[in-house]
Amino acid sequence: MAVPAATVEQLSQWEVPEQQIGLWSDAAQRFRRNRLAIAGAVLVVLLILIAFGSPLLVQLGIIHDPLKQNVEFIESGPGQNGYLFGSDELGRDTLSRLLFGSRISLAVGIFVQGIILPIGLLIGLTAGYFGGRVDNLLMRFTDVWYAFPDLLFVLVVVSVFGPSLLTIFGAIALVNWVGLARLVRGQVLSIKEKEFIEAARSSGSSPPKLILKHLLPNSLGPIIVTLTFGIPNAIFLEAVLSFLGVGIQPPTPTWGQMVFDGYEAIYANPSSVVFPALAIGFTLLAFSFVGDGLRDALDPRMRR
Amino acid sequence: MRGALLPSQLRAITSTRSGALAIFIVRRILWMIPILFFVILITFTLMHLAPGSPWDKAGGRQLSDTVINNLNIRYGLNKPVAQQFLLYIWSVVHFDFGLSYQYQNKTVSGLLLESWPYTATIGLLAFLLIIPVGVGLGVLAALRQNTRIDYITMGFATVAASFPNFVIGALMVVVLSVLAYKATGGNFYLPAAGFGIDDSLIMPVVTLALLPIAYTARLTRASTLDTIRQDFVRTAWAKGLPERLVVIRHILKNSLIPVVTTLGPTFAFLVTGSVIVETVFSIPGIGRAFVVAIESRDYPMILGTTVLFSLVIAVANLVVDVAYVFIDPRVRLT
Repeated sequence: MAVPAATVEQLSQWEVPEQQIGLWSDAAQRFRRNRLAIAGAVLVVLLILIAFGSPLLVQLGIIHDPLKQNVEFIESGPGQNGYLFGSDELGRDTLSRLLFGSRISLAVGIFVQGIILPIGLLIGLTAGYFGGRVDNLLMRFTDVWYAFPDLLFVLVVVSVFGPSLLTIFGAIALVNWVGLARLVRGQVLSIKEKEFIEAARSSGSSPPKLILKHLLPNSLGPIIVTLTFGIPNAIFLEAVLSFLGVGIQPPTPTWGQMVFDGYEAIYANPSSVVFPALAIGFTLLAFSFVGDGLRDALDPRMRR
Repeated sequence: MRGALLPSQLRAITSTRSGALAIFIVRRILWMIPILFFVILITFTLMHLAPGSPWDKAGGRQLSDTVINNLNIRYGLNKPVAQQFLLYIWSVVHFDFGLSYQYQNKTVSGLLLESWPYTATIGLLAFLLIIPVGVGLGVLAALRQNTRIDYITMGFATVAASFPNFVIGALMVVVLSVLAYKATGGNFYLPAAGFGIDDSLIMPVVTLALLPIAYTARLTRASTLDTIRQDFVRTAWAKGLPERLVVIRHILKNSLIPVVTTLGPTFAFLVTGSVIVETVFSIPGIGRAFVVAIESRDYPMILGTTVLFSLVIAVANLVVDVAYVFIDPRVRLT
């Protein structure tokens, strides 16, 4: 077959982009350019390091044992009696309790998302993919869950089954999967009608393959963003439970409980409220900065 | 034609907008029934899944079988669970939530009636604060986009939206009560607890309102920025209207439409937020009563409060949905 000379020339003149930028590397680039998101990410990494490193710091003798009481020095202010951040009403070191408190908060934030993900995916994908009556039924089911005020539900569950770690994680997950399920359903509904799905279907892809290879990867961005925003929400709910006195039980240090304990003696030693309160606030702020950054970075409409 | 409507008549009604609106409202009201039913069912089931009986005493002397039997009869716990549930639904329809476990001879309805004025006062004041402050800050930030005012307002909104309200409340108590008391020798400070129609309301109301204010401000800013770029706004400027008129008549009127939709969730937040704020500031409202009921496992009280809270939220959402139809004529009634 003879190719016209002009076409060959034109072909060689086509501008080939020097570097192909994929969705993910583009997103990473845009995330890096977002200063607040980077600040949030740095804080999150720091928290993870603290959560893993705090037992080591105790073993090395750098910080006090968070459970060790020194009844001679209760309610010390910051810097007094060798306690950098002061001590609480039982003479325990506020700094080391603060560092150990990050373990519970991070664990709640991350494990809860681990429970939410399969539930939300299963319900959202089923409703979106099969549509019709299945969709209707599942969505009415999520509507009912949605109507339940989430803090009340968590409080009720914890009151009934007792404040164990498992109950608290489970209760928080049970009220938070609805958002993810609705999001996944919406994504599937909008992607389902696209041509490339039609193509995959007509070339004989089975439903599981269609879901796993096409529908899921294409809705990954919004799912990641939703899960990221779920982390501060779960941390918040756990902190509220602890603050109300029905969360993870003492002596395990949690930030919410520290605010609660400090609040009892707020006049004598206000710093024992301020430190854990700020720890909660800045942790949530960090995660929401990361979430905002991811949302902007993963939205293909915002690509250059 | 008396009695039931014929299908053709129904179709005639839905074909007009006011008819469709009526049907929409009726459907929306009816939809509340299954929602509330399931909320009760879920909570009721949870209560009955609880291990042990309400008469178990941790560490204390156990009650004799005869006493437990009598208690079960008094609180209706001797009947089959399904029957208990149906009886409960029947009494809830009559606004009777049963007897409280933690106090002798007090009904849940009585307890709720005692405590609701506190919750309502704080919630209402917070609600009145949210709209003007949130909308005001949002419009201000949008009109002064990318200036220092915009950055400060949105920075404040971001922090207020991330910090949980019990954290904000506790920090406010530290600064405005404790530190203010110490610094002024007790001459100027805000009371950290108690309830009265005085300065003790300031901190609870601000704590409760701060997060919805932040959300409202962010949303108002976004929707105002959208509106500012519309052609009709440019026309309004071009024909030489004074700034006040353009902002109020043309921009605000349109940018407030999406803000109305947040009023439902805002109301829900105020209701659940009362649980936290009333604990922080020791206010004897419904939220505090709920926490006390949770601690003492007073199941009828927990159930009653949950039903009441869900009902309030459902009604608020209904009102917002219906109001939205009236405000925005573009809404489709499906």
